[in-house]
Formats: sequence, structure tokens, C-alpha cells
Amino acid sequence: MTLARDQVTHVAMLARLGLSDEEVERYRQQLDAILSHVDRLQQVDTSQVGETAQVGGLVNAWREDVRGECLPAEKALANAPKRRGDHFEVGAIQE
Amino acid sequence: MSWETVGELGARLRSGETTPAQLADHARSAIESLASLHPVLRYTGALTEHQAGRAARMLAESPEQAGPLCGIPFAYKDVLCVEGVETSAGSKILEGFIPPYTGTALQRLLDAGAVPVAVTNCDEFAMGSSNENSAFGPVGNPWDPSRVPGGSSGGSAAVVAAGAVPFSLGTDTGGSIRQPASFCGVAGFKPTYGRVSRYGLIAFASSLDQIGPFARSVEDAAHVFTAMAGHDPRDSTTSPLPVEPVATQLARGVAGMRLGVPREYMAEGLEPGVRAAVEAALAQLEKLGATLVEVSLPSTEAALSTYYIIAPAECSANLARMDGVRFGLHVDRQSLTDTYLETRGQGFGPEVKRRIMLGTYALSSGYYDAYYRQAQKVRTLIAEEFDRAFETVDALVCPTSPIVAFPKGDKSDPLSMYLCDVLTLPVNLAGLPGISIPCGLSEGLPVGLQVIGPRLGDAQVLRVARAYEAATAWHTQQPPPLPAASEAFA
Repeated sequence: MTLARDQVTHVAMLARLGLSDEEVERYRQQLDAILSHVDRLQQVDTSQVGETAQVGGLVNAWREDVRGECLPAEKALANAPKRRGDHFEVGAIQE
Repeated sequence: MSWETVGELGARLRSGETTPAQLADHARSAIESLASLHPVLRYTGALTEHQAGRAARMLAESPEQAGPLCGIPFAYKDVLCVEGVETSAGSKILEGFIPPYTGTALQRLLDAGAVPVAVTNCDEFAMGSSNENSAFGPVGNPWDPSRVPGGSSGGSAAVVAAGAVPFSLGTDTGGSIRQPASFCGVAGFKPTYGRVSRYGLIAFASSLDQIGPFARSVEDAAHVFTAMAGHDPRDSTTSPLPVEPVATQLARGVAGMRLGVPREYMAEGLEPGVRAAVEAALAQLEKLGATLVEVSLPSTEAALSTYYIIAPAECSANLARMDGVRFGLHVDRQSLTDTYLETRGQGFGPEVKRRIMLGTYALSSGYYDAYYRQAQKVRTLIAEEFDRAFETVDALVCPTSPIVAFPKGDKSDPLSMYLCDVLTLPVNLAGLPGISIPCGLSEGLPVGLQVIGPRLGDAQVLRVARAYEAATAWHTQQPPPLPAASEAFA
């Protein structure tokens, strides 16, 4: 398979990764090589199996619907790059 | 350096010959003397002092009740959160991050009186097999500083292998405890998925990640596992089943056990020195009374591809939280989208970006069925093959890695690096317990024997490993002394 440049830039945008032109080209080549290897998955006959949902052997994990401890606002905000009062500050979402 | 085991140090603490604070000081100076290997990113400072004091009180009040880890110094990987101590996941994007809470595994060790001393270097977000992907520089292997210690928990393996601390914590998503244990000549144990809580572990791939110990003996690894294991309401994937007591299992030996040798794991591609050491280990287990049975795990070849879809897919979702809003690096731009793009573009290193891209691609519209869904089906096949094998054998024995520690810079092509994990990652895909223990040297470098058990068969795995260890001396081998600092930088 051959990965096109615009596929790489599309994926980078989906992943919100700002890449330089040089990075786009490097990842295009590397992802192409990795995906060519991974393509052998297509040869495995999986017509008789379901998808793995989990390997923990658990069915459900229930608990009482009661309010527990949570981080106090001051602790939750302690690492915030930008804050305003008791809130995280972000730039405008709609322009 | 102190090469004493947890048991030996515990006896000295109880006789009053030493104190937790002295052991912690000693561990810190030992780690400082390893500076040229760069295994540690920072020291735990005030927390070390606080815990040493707490352990001393526990020992003074009731020496009999204090557990085996009380007063014992250790180091932990830079992906585990401890309140008030920086955790950066080996990444620029989290540099300076101070966790607001302590993870469960760490908390249980603190409650057992263990004394953290240092935070170990690792591949960025635990992604790598050589520790060369750390944003803060690579780690050297104590056996040969020009070689890698393995990854991603390379620093944790190195500090134990070099005799600086008796145990450390790592995490294993595709082999990140077992492969560095193999490369550095120590024991490295990945418990069953769901046995040790992941609460407070910075997530890489949530369906595969598991926390586990490095130690210089199986018994020490078992002490650490026992202290950490068990249900945690804060991690809904932890098993509510009681943890089987390990200590009583350890001394039972392997006589009468049936051990499977997966044909595919002994196939071509093994270095001759690795093959020779592992074959000798298998013969030793047979001599100890185990019956060896050849088994087949035909989907092994597809496991690598399966892993390199599922793990990146999960990482691309998990790492979405690195957005520059609530914590970590923030590169200010006019629009929110540009802030994300720049923060993540500048904050993540090349391997992390590569895996986010791969995972995003595999999950993207039009490719999901061919990659992610198909990988999850092959994963079912892999798990079923293990289940079938465990209907006829008690555990599997095989090499941990097809190769010994390689020179730094030797695997600059990402795919060649991924191929290193071919014998460890099927175990994560199936959620099984696995350990690597030293079983020989190949051209002066350690070789690891891997023991794999059925799910929740953690005690069984430790029992087989202990039986081998008790009959051999490989785990007592020490790396040659490091060259003096002036030579190291010559």
C-alpha cells in the first residue's frame, strides 16, 4: 500500500498534532512501512470469532450509586497552565 | 552498592543494625554513582524522609507486624503518580506535572512501609523497547553502558541490576517489564491483567497496561506483588477474587508440573546464545522433575500486528487528554485548535507522535473494520490458543526476548524496534501473568527465561520461576563495575 501525503495530514489533524512538512514526509514513509507489515492481519481467518471486548474475565463491575470523595478544586487546578478563579481558562472555541 | 535482598535488609532493620533512613541514604548515594547511566530522573526528597520516619516507627512499634517491605528503599517508574512528586512520563508535555493524588499500587507500598527514593527514567509514555525514546535522554545498560537496558521501564531495570535498590516498579504493556529485566539480568514480573490496580498510572493502552516489580530474586518480586495486588474500587478492571497467597506456593518446586514450550517461540530468529541459554534452562527444569511438552500457538506471528494496531489505537485515545488545558505544556495560540496543534506538536516526541498517528489512522472512518475490528478478532484467537494450551500444561516456558541487549542507536527504524517485543506482547494481548528471570549470559550479556501462566495463575508463575532460581546461580551474577566517570565521558 502507499500512504498519500494528504492522508497523513488528515490523520494529523484528527489527532490534533501540528507537524512540520519534514515530519509529514517522515511519518508517511514510516507509517507506510508499518502498515504494510500490519496488513498480514487481513490474511487471518476470523470468520468464526468475535472481537475481544476485555481480557479481565469480568462481566460487570457494579457499585452503589453514592457520591464519594473527589479532588478539591484547588488541587484539581494546581497544574493548570491558565486559570481564572475556580476554572480552567481556554481560548475561544467558536470564532 | 548493596546487593542484599529484601529479606536480608529486613533482618538488619529488625536487629537495629541499620535504619530505614540509613538504607534510603545508601540507596541514594548508590544511584548517584550511576549518573553516567542516567537511570533516574529525580529523587523523591521530602517523601523519602517522611516514609523513612514512618517505617522506623512501624518497626519500633511492632516489628513482627511490620511486613517484609517495611523500611526497604525502592525506585518507581516515571509514569506512576505520587502526590506532590513530579511525574513526567518521560515527556516534555508533562514536564513539571505534580500529581494531586497517589496511585493505589504506590499507596499500598507506602502503607507497607516501603521507602521511595527515586523516580526512574523510561521511554516517553512507556512507548519503546530501548529507553531511547525518553525526552530526557537514554539509559545505559549496567552490563555494558554502550548498550540499551531495554524498555520501556529501562531505568527501573538498571537501578536494580546495578545493585542500587533491591526492587523497583515498572509497567508492562507489551513487554516493558520483562524485556528490560531480560536485558539487565534481573527478575521482572508482569501480573495478570486486573491483579494490580492501574489507578494513578498514566495510561498508555488501558486494556494492556499492568504494574509490576523488578527485583534480584523471585521471592522479593513476590513480596512486592503481594503488597500491591488485589481489588481496588477505583479501577473497575481489577478482579474482586481474593489474591492467592504466594509465599506458600514459592517453595513447592516444579516436580510433577507440566510445562509447555511453545514451538513458535523457539523458532528461527533467536540469537544462538539466547537459544543455548534457554535450552539449558529447560533441561534444568526437566531435571527438577517437570515434564516438558511442546505446544503450538499458531497465531503468534499475527500477534505483533495485532498489538501494533490495538496499543496505538488505545494510546491515541488516552493521550487526547494532553491538551494543554488542565495540566502540562501549554503553547498559547489565538484559536483553541491551534493551541492543541502546537502544544501537542511541540510536546510529544517522535515515537509518541508515530503511535498516535498509527492509532488514529486505524480508528478513522473507512479503516476501522480492516484494522481495529480485525485486530480485536485476532486478539480473541490469540487468547483462545493460550487457553487451550493451559488445558494441558501448568505454565509455559520460553525466551523473553529473541536477542540480548543491543547497542544504543542500533534500531533506529521503528519497525525493527517493534519486532523486539514479539515474544512478550502476546501475553499482554491475552491478559496473562508472565515473568522474566536470568538464565545465562550470551557474550557477557544477560539472557532471560520467560514463564507464562494462565490468567490469575500469578502464584504458579512465581513458583516455577523460584524453582529454577533456587537451583541456579544466574540471579546472583553482578554486572562488571562501571568505568570511572572520567573514562565514561572520555
